[in-house]
Amino acid sequence: MLNPYKIREDFPILKRKVNGHPLIYFDNAATSQKPWQVIEAIDDFYKKHNANVHRAVHTLSQEASELYETAHEEVAKFVNARSIEETIFVRGTTEAINLVAYSWGLRSLGKNDEIIISLMEHHSNIVPWEIISKITGFKIRYIDINADGTLNYDSFESLISKRTKLVCISHVSNVTGIVNDVKRIAKIAHENDAMLLVDGAQSVPHMPVNVKELDMDFLAFSGHKMLGPTGIGVLYGKRDLLEKMEPFHGGGLMIREVSFNRKTGSCSTTWNALPWKFEAGTPNTEGAVGLMAAVKYLKHLGMENVRKHEQSLTEYALPRMLNCSGSVEVYGTKNTSAKSGIIPFGVKGLSSHDVALFLDNYGIMVRSGFHCAQPLHELFKLSSSARASFYVYNTQKEIDRFIKVLKEIGGLQ
Amino acid sequence: MTSIEDYVARIDGTCGKEKDVIVTFKYEKKDEAIRRILEKATMKRSIAGIISELSYKNYSFRMYGSGKVILRGIESKEELNNLLRQLLF
Repeated sequence: MLNPYKIREDFPILKRKVNGHPLIYFDNAATSQKPWQVIEAIDDFYKKHNANVHRAVHTLSQEASELYETAHEEVAKFVNARSIEETIFVRGTTEAINLVAYSWGLRSLGKNDEIIISLMEHHSNIVPWEIISKITGFKIRYIDINADGTLNYDSFESLISKRTKLVCISHVSNVTGIVNDVKRIAKIAHENDAMLLVDGAQSVPHMPVNVKELDMDFLAFSGHKMLGPTGIGVLYGKRDLLEKMEPFHGGGLMIREVSFNRKTGSCSTTWNALPWKFEAGTPNTEGAVGLMAAVKYLKHLGMENVRKHEQSLTEYALPRMLNCSGSVEVYGTKNTSAKSGIIPFGVKGLSSHDVALFLDNYGIMVRSGFHCAQPLHELFKLSSSARASFYVYNTQKEIDRFIKVLKEIGGLQ
Repeated sequence: MTSIEDYVARIDGTCGKEKDVIVTFKYEKKDEAIRRILEKATMKRSIAGIISELSYKNYSFRMYGSGKVILRGIESKEELNNLLRQLLF
């Protein structure tokens, strides 16, 4: 098991106070805090190695390129991709999904095609598809959700057909923390010749994710939710699929050749090899270096240990939240084995923002609102929800303090 | 001449169906802003010394000791500015 008290020593921000109280950071589903190892890796890059990558023969550029490429290798190994050719660096999960929507969806999906999305998706896995669907005319079908927030697999099986070209699903819901059976979904999708895109924003930072074992075609995730910096994320894609796709953005680095033909008055271009074909322009090198440090940190902890630690925190917190006051409600399934470290909740008679502001007064940070998942809130008939989400540095002591304040809020009615 | 900007650090619309507005006062001005609002508004109840439930004209709102006010039913920026002007000056 992890020792969160030892881990906390690596996170400088956890030493600060907010509103006169020690900071308790329970908004990890939104973004994670950063350890010294990540902060220093970025600092070190700027102090010693900064140059543009893949551009020059001088020493600094070669060092920066080496770091950038090694970051791809580390990330590829982290999710068990076959090679760095399958690991494209983007700004985050949102851009990764948009890349697939525009590079593949815009060119491949027509009027007679369908894609399947679940109603528990983050807006970033709904909106890009709605935009492209309005351009090319394909149909989006939505998988229903059970009353406890779990995915309705019967609904999924009833929707899939030979018209389905892609299934888009969250590995873990960012609202309920429910873990979807991606392996089962992949099997059904592939039996119907459909591809599978997995939103791994809430899974890759919190549990072992093996793209080969789970047979994912695409996996999108963000660096900032896994101890890394903001502005860097990853699209994993099977090599043969990425090879067939056209680039998303055009510019430097993503081309092999741009040749001007005087007779036709136009340029002809050939694309660079994977993954650079999808990484136009000067990349976020310091972000990649920071992400590499974050991946190394998580690997050192062990992703199985990370998963167990968060599950133990959920098992500790959930019954205490349910018992702390009659007016505190926890939404979604209470089956902790089917969940990650995310607990959505509310207090009767108070808006989620009131709950969050009250907790904030005691230095406890939780998220309130729709969490960019309005369709799921509509299904639950909720105007919004508060959300506590845990990570490697959270402790049972913090949960005790959270429960104490929650009891106070619950007693206000 | 003092203005709302002298007191207010941020104004945020909340995410969710409620469409509340959260006004955050500047740290160095929050105590003064809280005092001024408490002078103008009617206290409905004080909760744990942290939240003040207040009413002013047709508005009811909550104010937090951390210097944040959560307002409901605000239709426009102009309406919000008018209310803040009345409460702060």
